Order: sequence, then C-alpha cells, then structure tokens
Amino acid sequence: MNKIWVPIVVVFFALLPCVAGDFYINLGSQMMIAAIFALSLNLLVGYGGLTSLGHASFLGLAAYISAWLTTRAGFGNGTAALLSIAGTTVGAAFFGMIALRASGLGFLMITLALSQVLWGLAYRWVSVTNGDNGMAGLVRPMPFGISIDSATSFYWFALIVATVAFIMITVFVSSSFGASLKGTRDQSRRMAALGYNVWVIRWITFIYAGFWGGIAGLLYVYYNKYIHPSSLSITSSAEGLLGVIAGGSGTLVGPIVGSVLVTFLKNYASSYIDRWNMLLGFVFMFIVMVMPDGIVPGVRQLAARWKEPRK
Amino acid sequence: MTAQNDNYALEIVRLNKSFVGLPVTQDVSMTIRPGERRLLLGPNGAGKTTLFNQITGEILPNSGQIKLFGQDVTKLKPHQRAHLGLSRTYQIITLFPKDTLQHNVALGLLGLMPARWNIFRPMSQHIIVEARRVLGLVGLEQLADCPISEIAYGEKRRVEIAMALAQKPKVLLLDEPLAGLSTAERNTIKTLIADIPRETSLVMIEHDMDTALDLAETITLLHYGKVIIDGTRDAVIADERAREVYLGR
Repeated sequence: MNKIWVPIVVVFFALLPCVAGDFYINLGSQMMIAAIFALSLNLLVGYGGLTSLGHASFLGLAAYISAWLTTRAGFGNGTAALLSIAGTTVGAAFFGMIALRASGLGFLMITLALSQVLWGLAYRWVSVTNGDNGMAGLVRPMPFGISIDSATSFYWFALIVATVAFIMITVFVSSSFGASLKGTRDQSRRMAALGYNVWVIRWITFIYAGFWGGIAGLLYVYYNKYIHPSSLSITSSAEGLLGVIAGGSGTLVGPIVGSVLVTFLKNYASSYIDRWNMLLGFVFMFIVMVMPDGIVPGVRQLAARWKEPRK
Repeated sequence: MTAQNDNYALEIVRLNKSFVGLPVTQDVSMTIRPGERRLLLGPNGAGKTTLFNQITGEILPNSGQIKLFGQDVTKLKPHQRAHLGLSRTYQIITLFPKDTLQHNVALGLLGLMPARWNIFRPMSQHIIVEARRVLGLVGLEQLADCPISEIAYGEKRRVEIAMALAQKPKVLLLDEPLAGLSTAERNTIKTLIADIPRETSLVMIEHDMDTALDLAETITLLHYGKVIIDGTRDAVIADERAREVYLGR
C-alpha cells in the first residue's frame, strides 16, 4: 500500500515546476529545505528519543560560515560549502559532547542553551556577523557550472539534495547502527548490558544530524542569499520540531509531511491571515488531539481500520 | 594461590556499597568457577539485585574489586563487561516491546559484533538466521515475527533468556528467571536453564526453592547485604543459619 503513492509523490514534485508559477516553485524549494532540516532533527527526536530544541544551531552555523567565507574571506562557493559543512559537523561533535551529558529534559535544555549562545553571538558579534542587519549580497553557487539563480533551477537543485538526504537518512535508520540507535531509545540500560556503547551511539547520531542540519543551512542561505540571526532563534528550532512532531516522529515520511505543512502555513496562509502563527497553533492542536502520534502514523492507523472489517 | 585466582570465572573481593548511608553490600566476597551453577539466596532487600548491578557495572561499588577471568573490571562500563563475556537477564522484563522476537534476539547478537557501528547496511541475514535458531532453543521459533507486546508473559521470560543465550556468555546472571510463572511454565524455564552449556557459569537469584535448589550446585546466602553462608548446596541447606534467615528463630 505504501509503495503505490511513492511514484505519485515523486512525479508530483518532479513535475511541479512545469505547472506552477514562481511563487509555488519557491514555496516548493523552501519545503525541501525545511524537510531536510526536519529529517535530520528526526534522527535525534524520533529515532534517538532525544528531543532537541536547538537544532537551528547547525542550520545557522553552516549558513553563517558559508556567508562569512564568501563575503569576507573571499572564498569561492565550493570551498566555502565544504568548509562550512566541515565546521558545522565539528560544531555538532562539540555540542553533542556537552548536550549528551544529559538525556530527556536536561538534553532539551542544554541544546536550547547552546543554540541561544550562537543566536546571541550572531546578534552581538557585529564585526563578524553584521548583527541585526544580517549578511546580504550573497550569490548562489554554480554546481558543475550550472546556474541555479532562477526559481526553477534552484528548485531542481533543492529537490536533488533533499532526495539524497532522504535516501541517506533512510539508509542510516535502516542500518545495523539504526537498529542500535532505536534500541538505545527504547531500553538504554538493556542496550548497555548487551554490549552497546550508548553514549557513543547517541553522539554519532548527534553529529550525523548536525551534518544534515548543516546541509539544510547551506541550501537555506543559497535560497535567501541573506542570513539573519533569527535563523538561529528558538523559533527556527521549534518550527523544525513542530514539523517532526506534526508529521510523526520516528517515521521516515512524517517529518517531510510535517515540514511541508508548516512551510505551507507559514508562507501561504500568512499572505491571507495576519495571525498565521495562531492558525499554526490551531492546526497543531488539531493534529495532536486527533492524531497524537502525528499525521503519518495517524493516517496509517486510519487506513488499517478501513481495511479491517468491523467487529 | 595467585595462579588459582586466575581460574575463577568471576571473583568478587570485599565489595562495599551504600545508598545514602544505608549499606546494601557489606564486605561481600565470592568466587565462581567456570561452569559453576551458583544460587544467590536471601530475603527481600538482602542486596541480591544490587550485587548483580555491581557485577554488570550499572552501579559502581564504593570499594572492593570485581574480576572476570582474572581481569579487574571494577571500573569498566557495562558494555565493556558485556564484551568480556558477561550477560544478564532482568527480574522486571526489559525487552523491546514494539519489536519482534527475532529483532530482540538479533539485538543481543549485534551488540557483540562490529557490525553494530555500520551506518550503511542493515543487519545481515546471518544474524537473522542465528536469532531464529536461538529462538528455536527456547521453543519460540514460530512466534519469531510477533511483536513482544503481543506474546504472553511466560514467553517474554523465555525471550529474556534467549537474548542472553544468543550472546554465548561465559558468565550469565539470571535475576529471578521464574518470577510470576505458572508451574508448567516454570518447568519449561527450568529445563532451559538446565540445558545451558557448561561453558557458561551461572549465577542465579531465585525464590522458588524447589526449582532453584535442583539447579544449584553451590549457594551463597545474603542477609542485609552480608554473606551469611557460602558453600555447596547440601552444606548450606543443612546449615542452621540458613533456616534462621528464612524462617526466623
């Protein structure tokens, strides 16, 4: 049953630029970026049982490093991209060492605090980050000499990166390591007794999540050609978390569905309703009340109930 | 003497542990030979499970030493001890409820394999075949694809043992493997435990005397965290102090 709609979704996303205008194509690009971000966060939240409220750290870190390297240090986009992803991954390794001293609520608070530190830096370290004015005047890269300046070409670029991210993250959670990770989520004590180094498993996952969060950040800064401290804010982290939970944490498709919904409400509904945040709140409340596990598990349960004859 | 020490599978030397001033393990010393079947007895609160938790490393002792095959493991983490051949089961069932029986046992196998770090490949067919074989040993092969949450309590107890057996441990700690079981189920588990190969040393906590005494060769009796008697099964049963602890004066 799952297999039927996979090609439909693929065809839909692939053909979107042929039928839609620039507004919707750009909306699609933003959805891809949000989806990669939510997918990476879901590794921690859904598969590791580690709820992070500071995942925007990695999005912002990658974006700022890339912006700084290209505008201030005179690096090309390619080198800057590699350095910013490397830097973000190292940053994730460092943050992970601090945050994974705790789990549960403690972990959530430390990740939040760490991201607030970065947010504060971006705001106050004006000589480097240009503070509240943000860093503008960025140009998009030319991967393999192909321009991605138009809405459509950027959309294709984002779609390819998102597809690679989805495949890599799917492989990750389906791997032996993924099985180990889910085990530490469900019974960490038992896993330790079985010979698993629970801390290192969580740390590697944290780094991997940071890596893909950084990829999302790079796309984000390419898309906007601008970066502002608000991308490091708690709102930015919370939107990602909202996408994961609304779509269904611990599922592969859930974070995509959730972040597509959040991006849609944020960009589309906000042009019709001033208080779109309130609308987002209502939609989220509705999801949590009707489908407490998120949209994807909720729909699956509905489908299962539909199939089974009632007793 | 030193040479002989190295022959012990498990050696505990003057172990002490207190929880906020309450001593739960007091000067406990114990030696288990390879292949030995040891029963750990004692009333509730005697510190039996706490002793297990110190052997596996989930709790660190305040003082004393724990050795596995002559190697000092007192400071090692639980997962490091698992790799030295130590395995355990839990009094309160600690399985992965959403996963299948096969997956549960496979996790036991994977835990000791380098493949557990592989982020690109799923568990190999070899692990799955082996997991099903081990489930066959405890008579649950036909339920291999069922989630844990759907099987009966007695069957979960058997999965607990299967997970430990899958690791082919050199020292296996069984924490009340018969707790909460019916007579028929108890006999099944008893046979299972009796069939554990002699390469594995067993230390078992169990209150069901009929079954436990049949399995045990040696007995250690704990009371208020202290070793009261330590000896062969018959010697301990005949001892006056054992009766006092269990029946009162």
